[in-house]
Amino acid sequence: MFHSVDDVSARLAGTGYLASPAVATTVFLADRLGKPLLVEGPAGVGKTELAKAVAEVAGARLVRLQCYEGVDESRALYEWNHAKQLLRISAGRDETWDDARTDIFSEEFLLPRPLLTAIRGDDPKVLLIDETDKADVEVEGLLLEVLSDFQVTVPELGTVTATRRPFVVLTSNASRELSEALRRRCLFLHIGFPDEELERAIVRLKVPDLDGALAASVVRVVGALRAMELRKVPSVSETIDWARTLLALGADTLDETLVRDTLGVLLKHQDDVLRATAKLDLDAV
Amino acid sequence: MRIGTGETVDAARAVDALGLTDRETLREGLAATLLHGQAQRPVFDPVFDLYFPAGVGGPGTRPADRDDLRERLAAALADNDTALLGRLAAEAVDGFGGYGSPSGTDGWSSYQTLDRLRPQTLFARVRDDVRARGGGAGFDGRLVGDEVRRRIAEFRGLVASEARRRVAERRGRDEIARRAVAPTADRVDFLSAGATQLAELRRTVRPLARKLATRLAARRRRAARGSIDLRRTLRASLSTGGVPVRPVLRRRRPARPELVLLCDVSGSVAGFSDFTMLLVQALHDQFSKVRVFAFVNRVDEVTGLLVHGAADPEGLGARIDAEASLTSHHGSSDYGAALGEFVERYGDAVGPRTTVFVLGDARTNRSDPNLPALRWITERARRVYWLNPEPRERWGTGDSEAPAYAETAEMRECRDARQLGALISRLLPV
Repeated sequence: MFHSVDDVSARLAGTGYLASPAVATTVFLADRLGKPLLVEGPAGVGKTELAKAVAEVAGARLVRLQCYEGVDESRALYEWNHAKQLLRISAGRDETWDDARTDIFSEEFLLPRPLLTAIRGDDPKVLLIDETDKADVEVEGLLLEVLSDFQVTVPELGTVTATRRPFVVLTSNASRELSEALRRRCLFLHIGFPDEELERAIVRLKVPDLDGALAASVVRVVGALRAMELRKVPSVSETIDWARTLLALGADTLDETLVRDTLGVLLKHQDDVLRATAKLDLDAV
Repeated sequence: MRIGTGETVDAARAVDALGLTDRETLREGLAATLLHGQAQRPVFDPVFDLYFPAGVGGPGTRPADRDDLRERLAAALADNDTALLGRLAAEAVDGFGGYGSPSGTDGWSSYQTLDRLRPQTLFARVRDDVRARGGGAGFDGRLVGDEVRRRIAEFRGLVASEARRRVAERRGRDEIARRAVAPTADRVDFLSAGATQLAELRRTVRPLARKLATRLAARRRRAARGSIDLRRTLRASLSTGGVPVRPVLRRRRPARPELVLLCDVSGSVAGFSDFTMLLVQALHDQFSKVRVFAFVNRVDEVTGLLVHGAADPEGLGARIDAEASLTSHHGSSDYGAALGEFVERYGDAVGPRTTVFVLGDARTNRSDPNLPALRWITERARRVYWLNPEPRERWGTGDSEAPAYAETAEMRECRDARQLGALISRLLPV
């Protein structure tokens, strides 16, 4: 899919995703080695966005499995279309029992869910397994078969093997420790907060109307906040929100009042706000 | 770190795909294939720097003059030019870090380099420099100080890794990789951890707590499906003519344990107690009640301080020192007196549903260990565990009363965060 690491950066940038060298290298490797990519990192640094950007670059369909507590086989893999099966049975009353039974467990009555969808078919696909850590441990067992051999076993039908491997991205906020077995099957990528230069570029790209000097100030203030011991430090998405807010307010430079009034866009806990206010001397006015 | 054959093969394929031309690309490629978590990164990076150094030998410039180097360093710090800072670190180690005669024959020291160079004294100059260039006009002016401080800290790191590389050239990489690269945070020994390592440890609290919480929750879920209650099953079967259609399960009591933590916070073991308190604090919703008591030679309850300080692990020790009265005439720990006082003042905190954790090295400075007090606690509590951060071989040496205490309460060795996590998840009565 990609020629080189630089090719990855350039083409991702074309879709509006600015990748750090680490991200570009890992995406390139995941494509080359044909291995799933496990992306970890704090919320709001662009883990899900990365999968979307890769899908766009590759001209692939994005198949998304959103994990949550209680997601199960029937949500992740496949389900039988019971209603249709019942209809089939009542439609063919004069058949023998054997005919009817073999019939209703065929492809026609199968409802493929994300994992099966990603494996079947010849068109290019990106499989995004979002927030893998939210799913129960049992689901991980299910993923192991899919991720190591790119196949799914449906007891009534047999094993479905991918003819064309999807590009797989798993994301996790590390709210639960994923199993060693799952980690071993994946390439590991940690997306942290970008360095100042990259973040400035991201802000300029996403909020092009914002004044350049102000964008630089925005990034510096966010950087200072991240260096504090806060319960929830602002992420890239919060930086962008803040830049948009400032733009909407028509600000051209930062000052105490402005920062204090808009701090809520960046910080989501009251004690964080208090701490940042004290540290940045916002009360001095 | 555990790295299997599969990872090795992947790493080789990655090197094949990426080529060896770009060092940073190679680093990321190897990290992606070999590592399984971000916690391993602080180990990986120094090892990578050792085996794939950016260069060999000295920087190849003439020996630097101290004032000149400081001059250029100040400029580079003001510009925030990372590449230049790296080169300056190499020059600095080359010029000032060598020891032995002639210099560099015995080794290279980052400590000596930094001691001669004193980059921290450049702080005011660099800050004013940045401000003068208009980088600090208006609101961001107040951020400059912290930024410069961070850059200087980064430079110190660069000097350290440069010195490590130079030493490795002389002594062999394998040995340096084994001895000079710090272990991952969860394996740092509580008793020998330095300030930065303790800070790093504190940051592992939240992930570790989450991991433990899931494990405990899973165990509780499993435990909730109890065994069959025969009497009630038979009773229920009366309505179906004696056929036990619906088995009745024995209902478990929702046993959320009560927890009492009794922590020695005297200097020698403070890091350990600190970390454990934070961990328990982070796990608080797993227990119906947590009470934390700190002692040196007097006991005081610090539960309130912990709740209050949820977001500030840094100042915890200081706050406990300031707000609780833990010492009387002298500052060294006295387990006997502390246990006695605990029984006397807070004895009612311990009941049949409580699990008590005593944290400390059991070094009681030759005073009376007061075993009856501990026995009183073990008799009233559901379980009592004593976690000791000292290696087992040292129990009972010197003024350690560990063996005596171990006869009354179950004593476990607990030296690093990994062990602590494993112990807590195993010992908690969920």
